[in-house]
Amino acid sequence: MSATDVRRAIVRIAHEIIERNHGIEGLAIVGLQRGGTWIAEAITKQINEIESSVTVPVGALDVSLHRDDIGIRPVSLGAITDIPFDLTGATVVLVDDVLFTGRTVRAAMEGLNNFGRPRAVQLAVLIDRGHRELPIRPDFVGKNLPTQKDDDVSATSDGVRITAMNASGK
Amino acid sequence: MSKTVVIKGGKIINHDGELRADVRIENEIVVEVGANLKGDVELDASGCIVTSGFVDLHAHLREPGKEEAETIETGSRAGALGGYTALVAMPNTDPPQDSVAVIDFVREQGKRAGLVDVIPSGCITLGRQGETLAPMAELAQAGVNFFTDDGFGVQDASLMRRALEYARGLGVTLAQHCEVAELTKGAVMSECQCCTDLGLPGWPAIAEELMVFRDIELVRITGATMHFLHLSTARSVDLVRAAKRDGLPITAEVTPHHLSLTQELLASYDSVYKVNPPLRSNDDIRALKIGLLDGTIDAIATDHAPHPRRDKEMSLDMAPPGMLGLETALGVVLAFGDLEIKDVVALLSWNPARIAKIDNAHGRPIAVSEPANICIFDPELSWSVDLQRLASKSINSPYVGRTLRGKVRHTIFRGTPTVIDGQAQK
Amino acid sequence: MKHLRSIDELGHSGLLEILQLTDHMTEINQRPVPKVPALRGRTVASLFFEDSTRTRLSFETAAKRLSADTLTFNVSTSSVNKGESLRDTVATITDMGVDAFVVRHKSVGIPWQIEQWTKASIINAGDGAHQHPTQAIVDCYTIREATHTARFDGMQITIVGDIKHSRVARSNIQAFSMLGAKVTLVAPPTLLPPDVSHWPVEVNHHLDDVIPTSDVLYMLRLQSERMSQGHVPTLREYSEQYGLTQKRVARLRDSAIVMHPGPMNRGVEMQIDPSDVKNSLIHRQVANGVSVRMAVLFDLLGSGANLGGQA
Repeated sequence: MSATDVRRAIVRIAHEIIERNHGIEGLAIVGLQRGGTWIAEAITKQINEIESSVTVPVGALDVSLHRDDIGIRPVSLGAITDIPFDLTGATVVLVDDVLFTGRTVRAAMEGLNNFGRPRAVQLAVLIDRGHRELPIRPDFVGKNLPTQKDDDVSATSDGVRITAMNASGK
Repeated sequence: MSKTVVIKGGKIINHDGELRADVRIENEIVVEVGANLKGDVELDASGCIVTSGFVDLHAHLREPGKEEAETIETGSRAGALGGYTALVAMPNTDPPQDSVAVIDFVREQGKRAGLVDVIPSGCITLGRQGETLAPMAELAQAGVNFFTDDGFGVQDASLMRRALEYARGLGVTLAQHCEVAELTKGAVMSECQCCTDLGLPGWPAIAEELMVFRDIELVRITGATMHFLHLSTARSVDLVRAAKRDGLPITAEVTPHHLSLTQELLASYDSVYKVNPPLRSNDDIRALKIGLLDGTIDAIATDHAPHPRRDKEMSLDMAPPGMLGLETALGVVLAFGDLEIKDVVALLSWNPARIAKIDNAHGRPIAVSEPANICIFDPELSWSVDLQRLASKSINSPYVGRTLRGKVRHTIFRGTPTVIDGQAQK
Repeated sequence: MKHLRSIDELGHSGLLEILQLTDHMTEINQRPVPKVPALRGRTVASLFFEDSTRTRLSFETAAKRLSADTLTFNVSTSSVNKGESLRDTVATITDMGVDAFVVRHKSVGIPWQIEQWTKASIINAGDGAHQHPTQAIVDCYTIREATHTARFDGMQITIVGDIKHSRVARSNIQAFSMLGAKVTLVAPPTLLPPDVSHWPVEVNHHLDDVIPTSDVLYMLRLQSERMSQGHVPTLREYSEQYGLTQKRVARLRDSAIVMHPGPMNRGVEMQIDPSDVKNSLIHRQVANGVSVRMAVLFDLLGSGANLGGQA
């Protein structure tokens, strides 16, 4: 995916979120630390440009302390949770860069409960690379990208890159 | 009739010189020194030094009272393995050695073990309480001529003066553990930068030196004979040097550990390094070595202090002070003492024999019609301590993992080998 | 990191990492539900051979907020006093399946000595007058929070009082100077260790000399038994010479911070109420205690060596 593709995907997801929720009433966007936060901010900016009646709040959630695989995935120092609004009754759209096994999203849903009881939780991801290990399905997808399980996928505003980790070994 | 024993191929070191010769022993006596001797038991001494058996002025044998740590038998065996043929048993037993009954018991247990001469010392004060004098005349009649409250110094200067006066009348020697107790309350280690870092109460050098100074002056006015136990500081050596220059009847000892280990080892939090007086600095070690070279310090004594493992497993402040010494003394001194071999044997053998007044039987030259108390050691053999193989009942040796040089090969006590090729014979 | 027993063992980078990790824990503690499952299934045993309800509660709260199970071994009332050895106690609790020991003991070195009897991580909650590393991290975090600086370069920190018997002082001197602060010790010579020439500190015997130049004034507790031991003649005299009085507070810089590890001796080292001082951080020290101890527990039991990597 090129930088332009990424930008287009973000604009499309913003529109889909508004459409699916019949507006932006009670909507809150929460990006997952660290990869999801810039996407969450970009989507929120887009939504607020389209619908200027109310401002949709955006937060960041560090899920590392909610994970079930601590010790494998370390804490990213400095990537701290910042949700300065009450989530009770809100429709929360979780945003991440790459959806893979689903464990991060599971941890995020648990972490959200510390901030109130949302009316509904939806999931937006820039990339769905497959290989799910939990029954989790995204509501909004930038692009489906088939990958090998040990590939490395990086997503930035400059584009999306897949690096085959076993390539050097061949 | 006992078997004849011949020591073959060693180098004999005596007070007055060295010679290469075999030694034949019969009936507890050296009967021949010469070439190509034959006997019932022949001990190979090639590459080894043959010299008078060692005498330890300072062994805690723990019996009676603390047989869990050591018995007179196990301590004697440790001594034999270390080349010793006589051990002065410290009086801090339970009950303490302040009565003829206990003195006789210790001596009898020593005879029963039959591995070394166990020479009981007597207490200076009753129960080592520092309050009233022990019955020194009675004890002297029972054969005690070395008195100490070791573990404590006699704090009361007036009482110490009386003790010295009384001792002079009896012709016995008082040995002082120099420690002014008010200055060492709760102390765990030497007062130094390391103790500052660890937050441990320090044992300042002055606590030893004040008492050394006091007792030198008391000897000056009483004329009694005085021995200083386990000196540990540079200034103590200076004080004793000056006193000797004045001709006072004073002798002094240092331990192998105060010549080889420093205070910083306590930073390992291992209570095996807790000892009283505490390990000191490299400067102190240097001064102690100079004291040995110039004759200020007369003897090396082990302060062999066995403790059961569960006692040493307590916290640094609660664990009892002391470390093993008998089996390692020679190896430590040769490895770390910077001394010539002939000086080492003098410091381990005839000097302490003279101080303990047992030089009629120990510390004798290897010569015809002399008593056969003999140590044969390899001065070059490198080895390290194996806790599983110590003869001592306790394992609080600080030398695990350190390379020692020089090991006892055979020990002969009253004409009978107690150790052959590093193995105790009973 | 396997154990936390001294600031030296933590090291400079370890200290910076724990301080950063504490930010995450501070955020958790501000949530409506301040609890995360990070240490679910882990067990933390408090082994307090010396009473300290505050420190013990701080650790136990920290462990619970990370969903660890806690187990308290109150030794002052237990069989250790009846002759059971330290070794047996540690081995027994280890057999119950614990992942970390939080140890407080009046004797120096206990957290190192027990290492040979357990595979669990060991956190030193104070050993004699030696070390109290989590308190030092709390203090660094509190200063960092108040001054909004991660580095203490050029900061003048004055520690006042019974340095000689203080594990808090020993840990703080190391931690403060690691972060770049200039540390000055103020005490009568009797309350200083016999030789501090190798420590990275200045020494002054007059509190009034350093009041105007201190950025942080760290007051230590004076135990009343120091009088009977001849360290100070009377508490009144000590208080006059080394206590924080209204007059001294008035001479502090506007921005100066006052700290105390607690519990305070009102009328001795603190002649004033801490709330009388504009920048008293004493309450922040207590609050941050839980966050720092969460970070320490998580670092030892949660992320292992992976701390500081990329998510």
